[in-house]
Amino acid sequence: MSEDTAAVRLAVADAHRREWARVLAATVRVARDLDLAEECVQDAYVSAMDTWLRQGVPANPGAWLTTAAQRRAINAHKRAATLRSKLPLLVIPEASPAAEAAVEGSVEADDIPDDRLRLIFTCCHPALAREAQLALTLRLVCGLTTAEIARAFLISEPTMAARVTRAKKKIAAAGIPYRVPPAEELPDRLDAVLTVVHLVFTTGHAAPTGPALVRADLIERAVDLARTLCALMPDEREALGLLAQLLLHDARRATRVDPAGRLLPLAEQDRSRWDTVQIAEGLRLVRAALRGGRPGRFALQSAIAALYTEAPTYADTDWGQLRDLYDLLLGVWPSPVVALNRAVVVSMLDGPAAALPLVEALAADPRLAAYHYLPATRADLLRRLGRTEEADGAYRAAIALCDNSVEREFLRSRLHTDGPAPGQG
Amino acid sequence: MAQYLILIYEDESGYENPDPGAWQQAMDAHNRFAEQVGELGGELLGGNALQPTATATSIRGDVVTDGPFVETKEVLGGYYLIEAKDLDQALAISKLCPAPFGGVEVRPVMVFS
Repeated sequence: MSEDTAAVRLAVADAHRREWARVLAATVRVARDLDLAEECVQDAYVSAMDTWLRQGVPANPGAWLTTAAQRRAINAHKRAATLRSKLPLLVIPEASPAAEAAVEGSVEADDIPDDRLRLIFTCCHPALAREAQLALTLRLVCGLTTAEIARAFLISEPTMAARVTRAKKKIAAAGIPYRVPPAEELPDRLDAVLTVVHLVFTTGHAAPTGPALVRADLIERAVDLARTLCALMPDEREALGLLAQLLLHDARRATRVDPAGRLLPLAEQDRSRWDTVQIAEGLRLVRAALRGGRPGRFALQSAIAALYTEAPTYADTDWGQLRDLYDLLLGVWPSPVVALNRAVVVSMLDGPAAALPLVEALAADPRLAAYHYLPATRADLLRRLGRTEEADGAYRAAIALCDNSVEREFLRSRLHTDGPAPGQG
Repeated sequence: MAQYLILIYEDESGYENPDPGAWQQAMDAHNRFAEQVGELGGELLGGNALQPTATATSIRGDVVTDGPFVETKEVLGGYYLIEAKDLDQALAISKLCPAPFGGVEVRPVMVFS
């Protein structure tokens, strides 16, 4: 019996991880209210534990959960019909008859339309602030609890709960439609979605604050999201580029810190310990992302990640081709962060003296005012030029701006002289 | 369908010395916009241009003061009330609203049931 319980608990947990987005997305269509849909889906998962224990785990757990959650939503609407909710209902354009039929039970559960893209695009609507897009995506698409999201971004749970509630209210009150944008809006809207997924990844990859360098759960969620986008939009080369880039970066995860938890720069990482399976998949995706037409920013970033990954040693990286790729990337995405990375490549091609003025010119950009990689890069160039005193000054400036203790420790280890250590704590 | 108010915020100085040509241009742009609302599937329910903030009088509590409620560089200069099927349609319409010296804010109208 306890073995059964354990097996069913595992099945429910597995269905939570795999099916949450699909079940919620299909339930939203019926509930026409994000809060009600969430409640119904949560209830469905709770009842699954009970029912599956008695009747066995169904062949298609996702379809079982969807039907259970949708029925709950329908019943809630019947009960509330007399005291109409004051909140406006979610706008759902082109409601499909197949979906209605599925709810009535006259259509096989497999025909329930996959509404995950609608859910993702609604969460990342440009009328929502970036931080609200992030929170909603993690809550509604990934099924993370508010407490988990609050912990990931190191803010209090009530603050995160208020952020999620505000965003949901705006979706309903402003009439943000539950739909995939039409073709003419898709490039811009997809870019916002990919940016949010990328942000989930970078938050996990180099946690902006806190003691650990990496937050594995966020990385895995981001990769899952990117995989879902590629599965649902297999022709979108930018989505392929994003997934490729995430896989290639993450393939190095095990080698980014030494056994003592200290940061290892790319040049010092043990390449034999990189995840070759993940790299092979990433490289395949890069080729697909670059095929046909002018590549976008995610495809180009994936090509850059591929060049860093394919080189047998750091010194043997194809710096010339990297500079060409960075030039192309700056053309489609003129970001000062890209310009900074390009300057590092220039330093490998033409020496640190050639790169220093490029980095110093970027210091005037207000968008990089709080970006600790700028003084850290400048410090590294000055160190390579033997200008140690100036390098130490730049390292101290970087340490003062950096909130991640692992990265701060790395920067401190590069200091030539032991001066006062700012930003300690 | 839902109602949205398009609030036009602009730097008033842009209209301070309207030469007849520029004035006519602005009028034409707004007339054109009124047609475009319908072309995009929405409906224009109303709208007005406002006199400059120099003509505004504000009341807070019982105190009557000269001037607009909040002093800002870009001020409310007019509005349109439209009907659209969702925010995306309302935004598509609002993007065409003329506001050469500023921009517009789109607000859903509250529904009491």
